[in-house]
Amino acid sequence: MATPTATEERQYWHGSVDELRGLVSERALRGETLLLNMGPHHPSTHGVLRLLLELDGEEIITCLPDVGFLHTGIEKNIEDKTYEKAVTLTDRMDYLAPMSNNLIFCLAVEKLAGIDVPPRAQQIRVICMELSRIASHLVWLGTHAIDMGAMSVFLYCFRERELILEMFETLSGQRMMGSYIRPGGVWRDLRPEFFEQVTAFLDLFPAKIDDYEALLTENPIWIDRTQGVGTVTPEDALDWGLSGPSLRGSGVNWDLRKAMPYLGYENYEFHVPLGEHGDVYDRFLVRLQEMRESHRILQQALATIPRSGVFRSDDRKFVPPPRSELGQSMEAVIHHFKLWTEGFNAPDEEVYVAAESPRGEIGCYLHGTGGNKPRRVHFKTPSFMHISALPLLTREHLIADVVAIIGSVDIVLGDCDR
Amino acid sequence: MTAAQVPDAAQLPEGHHDPAAALRAEFPELSLAEHEFRGELTLIIAAADLPAVAAFLKRGAGLNYNYLSDISAVDYAPVAEEPGYTAFADLAEAAAERPARFAVCYHLLSMPNARRLRLKSYVEEGESIPTLTNLWPAANWLEREIMDMMGIDFAGHPDRRRLLMPEDWQGHPHRRDYPLGYETVQFSFNAEDVQRHKPFARRET
Repeated sequence: MATPTATEERQYWHGSVDELRGLVSERALRGETLLLNMGPHHPSTHGVLRLLLELDGEEIITCLPDVGFLHTGIEKNIEDKTYEKAVTLTDRMDYLAPMSNNLIFCLAVEKLAGIDVPPRAQQIRVICMELSRIASHLVWLGTHAIDMGAMSVFLYCFRERELILEMFETLSGQRMMGSYIRPGGVWRDLRPEFFEQVTAFLDLFPAKIDDYEALLTENPIWIDRTQGVGTVTPEDALDWGLSGPSLRGSGVNWDLRKAMPYLGYENYEFHVPLGEHGDVYDRFLVRLQEMRESHRILQQALATIPRSGVFRSDDRKFVPPPRSELGQSMEAVIHHFKLWTEGFNAPDEEVYVAAESPRGEIGCYLHGTGGNKPRRVHFKTPSFMHISALPLLTREHLIADVVAIIGSVDIVLGDCDR
Repeated sequence: MTAAQVPDAAQLPEGHHDPAAALRAEFPELSLAEHEFRGELTLIIAAADLPAVAAFLKRGAGLNYNYLSDISAVDYAPVAEEPGYTAFADLAEAAAERPARFAVCYHLLSMPNARRLRLKSYVEEGESIPTLTNLWPAANWLEREIMDMMGIDFAGHPDRRRLLMPEDWQGHPHRRDYPLGYETVQFSFNAEDVQRHKPFARRET
């Protein structure tokens, strides 16, 4: 292929080619390899992810992910909100597991302001976290499978996810963006219907996981497409900041719930499933196993949690009084008014907290001002790190494998771009 | 990493659990300040020392801060509309406590010891801070995000394009003097006009 002239170049690539110098190989600049855009509207990029692929035939030489299409300035917006009001924004980051975003922000606020959370509220949070994990893994499994051509798994997964969304609706009145977890506890107590829904779900779910496994785990096409693809060594996985199931797929035994427990996870019995080879197939197995472990945690949490009781802190300087008190107590009215207009103050200090979201380590860096609004909040999100590691994962693979690899690290673009 | 490769914290030699003491022993000349809040340890060092300190923390025996959790930057400039927004009574006091406008915080995690550590460096506007991409490739995007959103330069970074904002964007949205909504949305046809009317902060020193 002849070297394109400057005018021809402009027809295909609207930026300056010099910007790509050092990022793609010299062969690409000479026009010997093909630069191909994948996304941002490609269905298998799971959102608005654009990949700039440098291809030699079907082989990928370099992969340059381009993100930011879903940037909504959530971190910046939180700087203008009081701590409690900012919770609703965090829902919108990782829209497949909104509760884990609520949780990480609330954990940061609680640490910064020094709010104690009663044990029963923590148990409710554990139930929410594990339900979110299952719901998120179901979307991951369904979309991952449909990307590779397995249509039916998608339908089954979304059928079961629907049951969890209905539980979230019972909890918070909203299927997805519930903002149910608040600084100091949760928004309201568990409804009696919720227990019935969870119990029914827990009874039926193990058989459903068996169904997914029957469809995929020993399916020769699935194995051909996933084994030995997107392999990442434990050392690389750590250096590139992979976390969660994507890290454990490489055999690194690191789960924040076990290693640095929060929410009383040390009181639950569960295993941390590990892969061996670090390929797409092992990450698939790890997530499937994780759903079974979440099921175990849910059973234990449900067996021990009192049917009604304390669901948030009673520290009125941070947590609003119940509605019923407003008619009788002047003090309650004052607290309610202060909290919903001014909010509460947090010291001019910084904290970093991390939790195990369905996708990996989600972290929140929160810097107070001494006033009622934060100076800076930064979310370290697993999808961000996983997309930044795509060049490592896709190196020397075929273009068809890119779809498998993107699915296997389970990215959510809202989580990445914030 | 299999279980055998992760050293057990209990087996580590005594005295290696304290990163500040280990750093002082390794680098006697190092300017190092410690700060603790709610059990989180912050080590404040000069920006120029970062690569050596981070490499030692990553590989030093008994420290094993092998995982880079996060890099965040914070802007200590007061907001333009609210001059008294900073917790300090006057700017001179703020300058003594916080010697520069920006700070970059590196959140390191030691998996074998299950411990976190925050490395913090202050950096003035226009100054640059050395990149850690050679130690952790994970730093690549985290630093790019800060270059894009906060406008702090990372010397030696391999990829200096904007990450989240469009490539032709003017300004750095996470700075405290960047307007927080309530203004006309900038499109290409009115970009210059809107830019002229933005209330940028003037820092008086």
